[in-house]
Amino acid sequence: MNIMQTTALTKYYGTSRGIVNINLAVPEGDFFGFIGPNGAGKSTTIRTLLGLISPTSGSAEIFGKDIKIQRSEILADIGYMPSEATFYRNMKVREIIRYSAALRDQDCGDEAGKLCERLELDTEKRIGALSLGNRKKVSIVCALQHKPKLCIFDEPTSGLDPLMQREFYAILEERNAEGTTIFLSSHVLSEVQRYCKHAAVIRQGEILVSDSISNLGQAHAKRVSLRGVDTPPALDGIKDVKVCGDTVNFLYSGQPQVLLHALAALPLADVNIAEPDLEEIFLHYYQKD
Amino acid sequence: MVILRQELKQGRMTLLLWTAIIAFMLGVCILIYPEMERQMNEISSMFADMGSFSAAFGMDKINFGEFGGYFCTECGNVLGLGGAFFAALLGISALAKEEKDQTAEFLLTHPLKRTTVVAQKLASVLLQILVLNVAVVGVSVLSALLIGETMEFQTFGLLFLAYFILQVETAAICFGISAFINKSGLGIGLGIAALFYFLNIVANLTEEAAVLKYITPYGYADGADIIANGSLEIKYLIIGLILTVTGITAAFVRYRNKDIA
Repeated sequence: MNIMQTTALTKYYGTSRGIVNINLAVPEGDFFGFIGPNGAGKSTTIRTLLGLISPTSGSAEIFGKDIKIQRSEILADIGYMPSEATFYRNMKVREIIRYSAALRDQDCGDEAGKLCERLELDTEKRIGALSLGNRKKVSIVCALQHKPKLCIFDEPTSGLDPLMQREFYAILEERNAEGTTIFLSSHVLSEVQRYCKHAAVIRQGEILVSDSISNLGQAHAKRVSLRGVDTPPALDGIKDVKVCGDTVNFLYSGQPQVLLHALAALPLADVNIAEPDLEEIFLHYYQKD
Repeated sequence: MVILRQELKQGRMTLLLWTAIIAFMLGVCILIYPEMERQMNEISSMFADMGSFSAAFGMDKINFGEFGGYFCTECGNVLGLGGAFFAALLGISALAKEEKDQTAEFLLTHPLKRTTVVAQKLASVLLQILVLNVAVVGVSVLSALLIGETMEFQTFGLLFLAYFILQVETAAICFGISAFINKSGLGIGLGIAALFYFLNIVANLTEEAAVLKYITPYGYADGADIIANGSLEIKYLIIGLILTVTGITAAFVRYRNKDIA
């Protein structure tokens, strides 16, 4: 069953494009990555799903409920972490965390305490005195303390140091193992590749591809590296050519036999054919047309 | 009730400050009355004879030699104008501040109906206005007792009630505007309060402009009129109530489907 499904979801801000015909399906229990460059429409999609903005057309369901009609019921089971973690500046961290729980009509003191400890968050500080990274931690606690069924994170790791990023993902993996669905947007591909099961790529407001990470990673393109020549073979499907001394490096998306046949005729000192990482796939989609 | 409590907590310093300043100024105004009274007897007729200037501030209709007359012109303005500014500030920032300070995304991604948010914010605005007025009335009554004057319920009660309604109306109009903007509307809020005040002065100046009294809440909260007539002008009051309801309704309708910046 899909925990979240959008059908031709579209949002225009006046005449300027937000997102166009977004079709996304996120299965229950998934760890879903939403990838795209800045301004592609990641936040617009998320903010529409959360009911902060209304779609121009199309529809979306979360937990089988309509985002336009059952907004507050849906939000009760969601933990959201915005990309900009902004709070009431003169409040203390613990006051914010308690206020968030109170707005959910819940007492989440125990869980909040555990999360603060793991994230090394000083709850006596005032929000105004916190760095972006520490405000992000407050955001994480607010998003997770009530044990939501679905977590939506908008660029969660920006501003967090590498150790905290690792702790953050450790928490998410535990929650995911317990059955929580995770949906996160990012332009850091390595983390999506490492933690997510599925991913969708969005560009200029449209979904380019949505698939499992393993399928996306294959996408029948190979990273080919040749030593002993200074130009790549003249074949169709060659992209992203880099020449460095006697080494040529390129992305190949044609038939393997054709490539091997062409390589056999070259005076090569060394050859390496490998799976490209997601970053390359992303650039491949990103640089299209 | 969670948002209401939060709003009151966030606003308590502002409320305390405005209440203290307005109450202090009113108190001082009342306490110096015995001193003024002696001089007033002489200059009262002069004040009343300054032509349109007297009319602008309603000084042609009342007797300065009496405490009521003195209070409504000298002290009334403190609460009339100060209270309206306070109410305008509360109203205009109530909803807009969440977007201006970028906290709307935090607040509105909790399981709340937008109408609940609006209702509780409105309640906090009205409650804070009520607190200010109760405190100010208390300080006024005490100050009057200290100088041996009594405030008759009939006139002073009406006067304070009129100022309270005026503040509620100003706050409600600004509250409605607050739902449409996403940045600080302080200029708009203070502008509206000041505009209302000056419209009343203009309306007092010439007969042709008297119609302006229908628009401005100072039309029904004109201290000189209230003291002189012992009643509120119902025709002005009705327009005021309509504007109040309109402002509040606009806030609810607009905020329900507002795209949050």
